[in-house]
Parts: sequence; structure tokens; C-alpha cells
Amino acid sequence: MELDPLLLSRLQFAFVVSFHAIFPVFTIGLASYIAVLEGLAYKTENPIWTRLSSFWTRVFAVVFGMGVVSGIVMAFQFGTNWSNFSYISANFLGPILSYEVVTAFFLEAAFLGVLLFGRGKVPPGIFLLSAILVAVGTFISSFWILSANSWMHTPAGFEFRGELIYVTSWLEAIFNPSLPYRFAHMGLASFLTGGFVVAGVSAWYLIRKREVEANRKALSMTLWLLLILTPLQTWVGDLHGLNTLEHQPVKVAAMEGNWETQSNVPLLLFALPDQENQTNRFEIGIPNLASIILKHSADGVVPGLNEVAPEEQPPVAWVFWSFRVMVGIGLLMIAVAVTGLVLRLKGTLWSSQWYWRVLQVMSITPFIAVIAGWFTTEIGRAPWLIYGVMTFEQGLTPSLQGWMALVTLIGYIVVYALVFTGGLYYLMRILRDGLEYQAHEPDDEPSHRAKRPLSAVDVPLEEGA
Amino acid sequence: MEPVFDLVPIWAGIIGFGIIMYVLMDGFDLGQGILFPFAPDEDARGVMMNSVAPVWDGNETWLILGGAGLLAAFPLVYSVFLPALYLGVFLMLAGLIFRGVAFEFRFKAKTSRYLWNWAFAGGSILASFAQGAVVGTYIQGFEVENFRYVGGALDWLTPFTVMTGLGMLAGYALLGSTWLIMKSEGYIQDWAYRITPYLLAALAAVFVIVSIWTPLVNDDVRSRWFDQVSLIWLLPVGALISMAVLLRALKRRDEGMPFVATMGIFIFAYLGLLFSKLPYIVPPTYTIWDAASAHESQLFLLIGLLFVIPFVLMYTAWTYWVFRGKVKAGVGYH
Ligand code: HDD
Ligand code: HEM
Ligand code: HEM
Repeated sequence: MELDPLLLSRLQFAFVVSFHAIFPVFTIGLASYIAVLEGLAYKTENPIWTRLSSFWTRVFAVVFGMGVVSGIVMAFQFGTNWSNFSYISANFLGPILSYEVVTAFFLEAAFLGVLLFGRGKVPPGIFLLSAILVAVGTFISSFWILSANSWMHTPAGFEFRGELIYVTSWLEAIFNPSLPYRFAHMGLASFLTGGFVVAGVSAWYLIRKREVEANRKALSMTLWLLLILTPLQTWVGDLHGLNTLEHQPVKVAAMEGNWETQSNVPLLLFALPDQENQTNRFEIGIPNLASIILKHSADGVVPGLNEVAPEEQPPVAWVFWSFRVMVGIGLLMIAVAVTGLVLRLKGTLWSSQWYWRVLQVMSITPFIAVIAGWFTTEIGRAPWLIYGVMTFEQGLTPSLQGWMALVTLIGYIVVYALVFTGGLYYLMRILRDGLEYQAHEPDDEPSHRAKRPLSAVDVPLEEGA
Repeated sequence: MEPVFDLVPIWAGIIGFGIIMYVLMDGFDLGQGILFPFAPDEDARGVMMNSVAPVWDGNETWLILGGAGLLAAFPLVYSVFLPALYLGVFLMLAGLIFRGVAFEFRFKAKTSRYLWNWAFAGGSILASFAQGAVVGTYIQGFEVENFRYVGGALDWLTPFTVMTGLGMLAGYALLGSTWLIMKSEGYIQDWAYRITPYLLAALAAVFVIVSIWTPLVNDDVRSRWFDQVSLIWLLPVGALISMAVLLRALKRRDEGMPFVATMGIFIFAYLGLLFSKLPYIVPPTYTIWDAASAHESQLFLLIGLLFVIPFVLMYTAWTYWVFRGKVKAGVGYH
């Protein structure tokens, strides 16, 4: 059997980056939440804020640690598997990724240490500042990496000289057309992830009647946040889609499952895209709605997949369904947030066990939505690595052989499976121990904490708490 | 637009600085992992880990800076070295991942602690060896055509690179043991004093072998060193003097000096290596100018670095200061 290095590299990249992505979305949201809690603690001196903050900092430490180790892999993937792409676009990508390291990674690494271990060691003001700087660092980091990624979707501010790309305008290249939408959408996605996890965990504690006062406070403030952010995300997502329609119409056609350029396009709720015959089997849709959303009129003409040759179309079913999963979850999130408001107004929020259970289940949905969103974005750009400029095939490492890519793909799967199992096991332990944990911690016990992320979580692996 | 001045040497200096920063800083914490299996007992292992736990994350960020910085300033290096070292890079990353996780899990584990001990030691050894092999591969050179790597998957794995890999293990272990002398006390420190001369002997042996072997396999290096007497001969002399200083410091049971002297050995050896090769950065074919990125890209990043790096150095120094002092057995950081 011929092993295809291209396919294997794509699988590998999709795997390592999807694995990496689930950690940052959570840590970005959580870092800001912790900064807010610290701010409240600083201002009000109410110990509840400090306890909440310490608890979530322990969770943060594990997730952040996993984000770091998987992120180091990402920094080398470009060179190992996509060396042609790296070489040709280095004049832009290199400085951008370097700026990420010097403006974000060093900042995060240094002040994380203070956040995890500096309580009582540095003055409260410096401590709060560290929490804020970590949160700021995660945003700076996502700004740069999303700039690089957006540029690959909507390249701007460059020209070719010979085979290499040269930047003609840094401003245009960095703030390329899709960056504002992607940055806003991803930032909101991070807050939603943090929010739904905090809500779900607090609800779980409420069901168990643990630390009721603190968890009510946490749940209450998070529900307000979600009430604002969920509709906002839908709105930003819509703008993002309109921007995509302008720059990557074929991707939108795939998202809508629309094979032909036409007017009065229905919004499909369900369909089985059949790429071979360039059509859908079984369609259930709402007439005209896609035209209305995308062109703001029922007879608006929407571009279809037939604008390009079948070889230049992305795998439609993947894009179509990933998109539906994301949007479906987005709408579900609005429903859940609004239900929270209704219960609050009726005064039954603190007695509605069923709602707490719903929140508990909801806490995994943002991760699914995020992965689905990235699948939509990234698979939808196929076969382009840099949209309209370079294909996946042109970006591949020329010396890469199929077996090499296979060995490392399997290697990463095995390594990540082990690391992920350990990390998840750990998170469960922290959640089980809950807010009560540090209250029971004897002060004179020899502590094994290190400044490193995961070490902040001083929970013995096998021993019961 | 013609560049007004040549940024390429400046960038070579910056990258060179980043790499030696990484080697010195991550070297001593990788060294703890290499020495781990030989430590006198579990308490000593605890001290060894705690002595580097507060700083190793920041140390490793220099590696990421090295990667991203090469992509920015010398993309050819990035896009030739990584494909050429494909499998080695994977091993290094796998090592770093296991080692990073082990750091955290070992302290919490009870019955499975031995597993994390092995993960920490194995990961550190794997990563150090792979880094040494990278150095060997650099000396050996790369098969390139039209700015692309065209060699095989295992060209990087030769008797010579195995030798340099082992040399790196010895070197990092030496950095590790002298760091431990500085950060520990009592029987752990005694142990570190005891093993240091052996590690130095191992490192010196590799030095001698590599110094004889390299000119034999590599004509350019030979003519660079032996065609005429030149100032670069001062570099090995500097390394020898550092070794002597180290030995004397050990005898006098100095605490800080052994580590400083070991850093000296590394710096002189590193400079010696650079001067055997420069200006070739993808030997034997491409110089730093062939490998450089566009002038405006180098300039764009340089301007930012001039602002940011001083701050990075400042707050990094501040963390080292916060966590200064001896590490006591059974006591960690709060
Ligand atoms: C929107 C956010 C986002 C996205 C799309 C990515 N990352 Fe990431 N990355 C982060 C947000 C982030 C972060 C929040 O800043 C992390 C998470 C944990 C951490 O330490 O920082 C991080 C960590 C992290 C690290 C370790 C940094 C350290 O040691 O502190 C590296 C090297 C990368 N990333 C590299 C990448 C690359 C090459 C990506 C592209 C394929 C990528 N990341 C996608
Ligand atoms: C962090 C969230 C991200 C996720 C979950 C993600 C997911 C994916 C997926 C699923 C693919 C596979 C598409 C296919 O092969 O059909 C892909 C491709 C790709 N993405 Fe992303 N991506 C993310 C971010 C980024 C960023 C930030 C960059 C660059 C700066 C990037 C660069 C690429 C490249 C180079 C490919 C082509 C290689 C390939 O086909 O696998 N991605 N990504
Ligand atoms: C319900 C309303 C939503 C709409 C209309 C929407 C719309 C979109 C669109 C059109 C894209 C593709 C952009 C492109 O062309 O590349 C996208 C991508 C994405 N979505 Fe959504 N989205 C919604 C909800 C969500 C939610 C709830 C999350 C996560 C919590 C999410 C996370 C993402 C992510 C991570 C991406 C990939 C990154 C990007 O391109 O921005 N989305 N979304």
C-alpha cells in the first residue's frame, strides 16, 4: 500500500492542532475569570472570592500545562511537515510567530508562576497584577496566532518575488480582512467555554449541596455573562459568515450545502451532501432563508459550489455538518442562558435541580462547538493552504516520506493519549476535592509544589482526599 | 529598496544568543533528569526536581523562541533542519512532553511514583541526546538542492552524531550536577561534588574525540583550524582554563564557582563550534546571507525585540530572584 505523506500530514496537523486548541480556548476564558475574581477579592476582601479564585487556579494550572506541552509541538509542525509552506511564507509568518513568543509566551510563563505560588509571597497588588497579566498574555497570544491563521484564509499585504512571499504592508497583512471577525469570534468562544464550564461545575456542586454560598455566587455571575455573550456570539458569527462570503464564497457554499449559484436558496436543516453527483440527497430546509441571511433578500443570488471545478471543492459533507453542529450548539446556548434569566425572574433558579443538570451537561458543548468551528473554517478552505495562493500539496515537505509521517502520527496519538488520560484524571480529582480542599490543607505539611503549572495542584494521584 | 545596513550579522548574533541562553538554562534542568536514576535516594530526587521546578517553563520558552526566531530570520535553516531531523525532532518533543508532565505528576503519585521517575529521566535523556545529535548533524552538513532538503530520513543518525549526542548528555549532566552543588546541601551536595569530576572526565573525553574526528571528516573545518595559527585557538584554550577552574573550585568546595565554570566550558565550546562553521549556517552549501529572510522582515521584528527583550530579561531575572536560595529536602515552593 502506498502511504500518502500529504494525507498523513494533514491528519497529523488536524490531530495535533485540534488537541492543542481545546486547552487554549478554556484557559483564555478562565484566565480572565480568575483575574476578575482576584479583582473582587482585592476590592471587597470577601474570602469567598479568594476561595473561588484558588480553586479555579488549580484547574487552570492543569489545563494550561497541557496547553503548553501541546503548543511546543505546534511550533515545530510547520517546519517538519510543511517546510515548503514555511520557507515560502516565512517573511510574514516568522515575525508574527516570533512576536507571539516574545510578547505573550514569556509573559504568561513568568507571571503564571507568581499567580500559582506567589499568594502571600508578593504584595496583594502585585498578585492581582500577575493575574491580569496572565489573562492579557493569553489574549496577545491568540491575537498573533489568529492573525497568522487569518492571513492564510484572507492573504493581504504581500507580493511574490521569485518563489518567495514578501510583505508589502505589515498593517494590511496583520490586520487582514478576516482577522477582526475571527479574533472576536474566537475571543467570545473562549469566554463561552470558560463560562459554561464554570456554570456546569458550580451547578454540579449545588446539586451536591457543597459550598452553596460560593457556588451560587459563581453561578449567578456566570449566568449574567452568558446571557450577554451567547446572542453576541451569534451576531459576530453571522458577520464572520458574511465576511467569508465575500472572500471565500466556495466555503460558504459548502457550509450551506448549496451546489448551484441561484436565488431563493433555502436554509438547510438537514441534508446528505453527495459530492460525487454534486447534489444533496434528502433535503429539509426553510425556503429562502439562506438567501435572506446572506443577501438580506429572498431572491438574493448566492454563489454555489459549481463556481469552481469539483477538484477545487472542499469535502462538502464535513464542512456542512461541522457548521451545523457549531450553530446548533450556539442556538442551544442562547436557549439555556435565556432559561436561566426566566428562572431567575420567577425566583426559582435556586430550586431548579433540573436546570442545574442541564448546565452540567452543557459544560462540554463549547469544546465541541470550538472544534466544529475550526473544522468548518479549516476544512472549508481545502484545497488551499494559503487561500488562492498555495495548495496543501505545494506546502508539503518535499523530503517527507509516507512512513515517516505515519510513524510520527501514531507517535503523537500515543503520547497525547497518555498525557490526556493523566490530565483528565487529575482534573476529576480537583473537581472532586472542590473548594473545600484548601481549607483542609494542613499548613505545615511538606508541600511539593513547584512553580510549574500542574504542580499547583497538590492532589495525590492515588490517595483518596 | 536597497537596505541601508546589513541586519544579517545582527540577527546571527541574536539567534546565537538565544541558542546559548537555551542551552545553558534548559541544560541544567535537563541535567537533573539525566542524573535522576543515579541519585542517592527519593529525597534527593525531590530536591533535584524542586531546584529547577520554578524556572524550567521559562527556560523552555527560549527553545520556542529559537524555533520561531529561525523561521523569522533564517527561514532556510528552519525549513532544512526540521525536515532533515524529522524523526529526531519527534523524539525530542516526545521527550520534552513526558518530562514536562512527569515533573508535575511525580509529586502527587505514591505507588506509581517510579513511573514518573522513569518518565522524567527517560524524557530528559531522550531530549538531550536528540539535541546533541542536532549539533552533530550541523557539523556533518546537509544534502540540499535548490533550497530544499533532499537527503534521507536517517542521515542525521551516524556514529558521529551518536557521539555528539552522548557528549550533550555528559555536558548537560555536568551543568546539572554543578547547579545542584549550588542549590543543595548536606549529603545531596556531597553526592553532587563526588560525581562532578567523573562527568567532567566524560565530557572532556568526548571533546577530545570530536576535536580529532571533526577535522578528519570535514575538510573545511580542518583548513579553518590548521592552515594557519589564528585567534580561534584561544577558544579551546578558554575551555581548558574553564575546566581547570572547575577542578580547583571543586577541590576548594566552592558552591557557585563550579556552575559558573561549567557555563564557561559551554560558551567556549559553542563559540569554537560556531567559528568552525560560520558563515555557513546550512553547511556545506548556504551561508547566513543565503539563508536570511527579507530585510524588511528582519527589521520589523528587530524593532519589536529591542523594546520587548529587555523586559523579558528583567522579569525572568525577577523570578529567579523570588525563588533564590537553597532547596531543603522535603520542602518545596509555596
Ligand atoms: C486562540 C488561541 C490559540 C491558537 C489558535 C493556538 N494557540 Fe498555542 N497557545 C495559546 C493560544 C493559541 C495560549 C492560550 O497562549 C497557550 C495555551 C497554554 C499556554 O501556555 O499558552 C498556547 C500555548 C502554545 C505554546 C507553548 C507556549 C509556552 O510554552 O508558554 C506554543 C509553542 C504554541 N501555543 C504554538 C501554537 C501554534 C504554532 C499554533 C497554530 C497552529 C497555536 N499555538 C494555536
Ligand atoms: C487552534 C485551532 C485550530 C484547529 C482546531 C484547526 C483545525 C484544523 C483542521 C481540522 C485542519 C484539517 C483540514 C484538512 O486537512 O482538510 C487544519 C488545517 C490546517 N490548519 Fe488549522 N486549525 C487551527 C488553527 C490553526 C492555526 C492558528 C493555523 C496557522 C497559523 C493553522 C494552520 C493550518 C494549516 C497549515 C493546515 C493545513 C494542513 C492540513 O491540511 O492539515 N490552523 N486545521
Ligand atoms: C450560533 C451562532 C454561530 C454562528 C452563526 C457562527 C458562525 C461561524 C462561521 C460562519 C464560521 C466560519 C468562518 C470562516 O469562514 O472561516 C465560524 C467559525 C468558528 N466558530 Fe462559530 N458561529 C456560531 C457559534 C459558535 C459558538 C457557540 C462557538 C464556540 C463556543 C463557535 C466557535 C467557532 C470557532 C472556534 C470557529 C473557527 C475559528 C474562526 O474562523 O473564527 N461558533 N463560526
